[in-house]
Amino acid sequence: MPICDAITLKHVPLTGGYRLLRLQAPAIAGPARPGQFVHLRIPGLEPTALRRPFSIYRAEAGELSILYKRVGRGTEMLATLQEGTTVSLMGPLGNGFPLTDGTTKPVLIGGGYGVAPLVFLASRLPRKGVILMGGRSAGDLLCIEDFEALGWPVETATEDGSRGTRGYVTALLERHLESTDAAPELFACGPDGMLRAVGARAIATGCRAWLSLDHHMVCGIGACLACIQKVHTPGGGTRLARVCKDGPVFEAREIVWKEPS
Amino acid sequence: MNAPVTPEMAVNVGGIAMRNPVTVASGTFGYGVEYAEWIDVRRLGAITVKGIRLEAWPGNPLPRHVEVPGGMINAIGLQGPGVAGFIGQYMPRLREFGVPVIVNIWGTSLDEYAEVAARLSDVPGVSALEINVSCPNVKAGGASFGTDPAALASVVAAVRRRTKLPVIPKLAPNVPAMGPFARAAVEAGADALSLTNTIPAMAIDIETRRPVLANRIGGLSGAAIHHVALKHVYDAAQAVKVPIIAMGGIFGAREAIAFLIAGATAVAVGTANFIDPTTPLRVIDGIRDYLIRHRMASVSELTGSLQI
Repeated sequence: MPICDAITLKHVPLTGGYRLLRLQAPAIAGPARPGQFVHLRIPGLEPTALRRPFSIYRAEAGELSILYKRVGRGTEMLATLQEGTTVSLMGPLGNGFPLTDGTTKPVLIGGGYGVAPLVFLASRLPRKGVILMGGRSAGDLLCIEDFEALGWPVETATEDGSRGTRGYVTALLERHLESTDAAPELFACGPDGMLRAVGARAIATGCRAWLSLDHHMVCGIGACLACIQKVHTPGGGTRLARVCKDGPVFEAREIVWKEPS
Repeated sequence: MNAPVTPEMAVNVGGIAMRNPVTVASGTFGYGVEYAEWIDVRRLGAITVKGIRLEAWPGNPLPRHVEVPGGMINAIGLQGPGVAGFIGQYMPRLREFGVPVIVNIWGTSLDEYAEVAARLSDVPGVSALEINVSCPNVKAGGASFGTDPAALASVVAAVRRRTKLPVIPKLAPNVPAMGPFARAAVEAGADALSLTNTIPAMAIDIETRRPVLANRIGGLSGAAIHHVALKHVYDAAQAVKVPIIAMGGIFGAREAIAFLIAGATAVAVGTANFIDPTTPLRVIDGIRDYLIRHRMASVSELTGSLQI
């Protein structure tokens, strides 16, 4: 798989501290599937700094985009990246979301920048569904226009009520599952609490939920075992899956959630 | 003025015939198969795999790592498939690479070390055993085998008795002086030494006032430890004659060459694999270029060539 030097084509701020980075990376953009990620070496950090994983937001015509929020030393430095600069990328990594056969209605659930891989997913799924989007505040709701451009209805929830329903995105899911006749299939990316709630709801409803986990990673390719997740095995046992290699997407029934500490 | 165009890169490390002096550090390269998707692992001098004990082992809870200035602290906790799982799942692929395989072994008792060694001894494709001595000796109340020369000697001897393979203890860096440990290991039957393991370290989240790692403590690796390891390699090379595999903060040929000059016969790339998987190959090429530039016919001329 390729490790390539990608050229920064576009790097612009979005709302609320989020940024969009578009890179020229044909060797990665070509084979990339929704839910996969790239492992990026951030220019400007010391050369011995670890890579950082980012979900793929778009991959088309040899170009690859990511959405990120400035949350730490790495993303603060990434935010200073100039257009034209070269960035080292490994990818595409991970298993990605399954592309359904169209017999179920996709319900996408995204929290914060977790919507980024869901835009890519919506563009590749064989059937239109709905995106349920949540965030702390209106500024945390990203990519609404992307889904609208794809012809997907968007429902929003914010914790402060500044846009859409006040509360968590899971309340939207609750309402949606009660009102729909079509057999749903859930796809979610966002904070662990949200994923866990979505998974529990899917199990109670009897539909499948594909959850994209966001563990801290080191190697990104399944060698170092820093990002393990306990999962059920078909035989009734459990094993330690590698989120970077065996995931990041797992079906809700596979995941053995950690007891709250 | 008649320096060869291609200097001799092959080395022999305690009986392991390596086509070049570059391997990888245990725990940073999985079982070889993961990185085979990214680099041509057949170019390596040897592949050193993640530590194996007798039975499968789950390792530590998350978080298992934290990035710190100059490196990272890990407490993976030696998660692994156990000796039978390793042989069944990974050895068939590893054999196909046609590269010497160094298997890192560990246990919590002398008997366990010896048993793991015995089980690996006749496995085709296994070229040597590297002994992780930085794990707790359960029977001795949890003290590390690696920080007491007598305990180190006992574990090396226990492994030595049960295998014909080259035995390479991987020495701990948190000791007052490396000489006595190097001598104790060699007197107990070590064919070569690996130096060094990670340095015990911790990180604290000052907002929550909790340790960052679930295991509280872990091992520091990366650029930060290079010069500590270099001094240990130098001291060990002064103390004993057996070959040394040096590791600690190798990010390019520069650090590898420094280790060779200090007395190492081979080097292992560790944390840098996570950042740039091509690092071991760049190191091989960089050492070769250095030998050409310095008109040296063989990498063995570099070993212990420190000018004082």
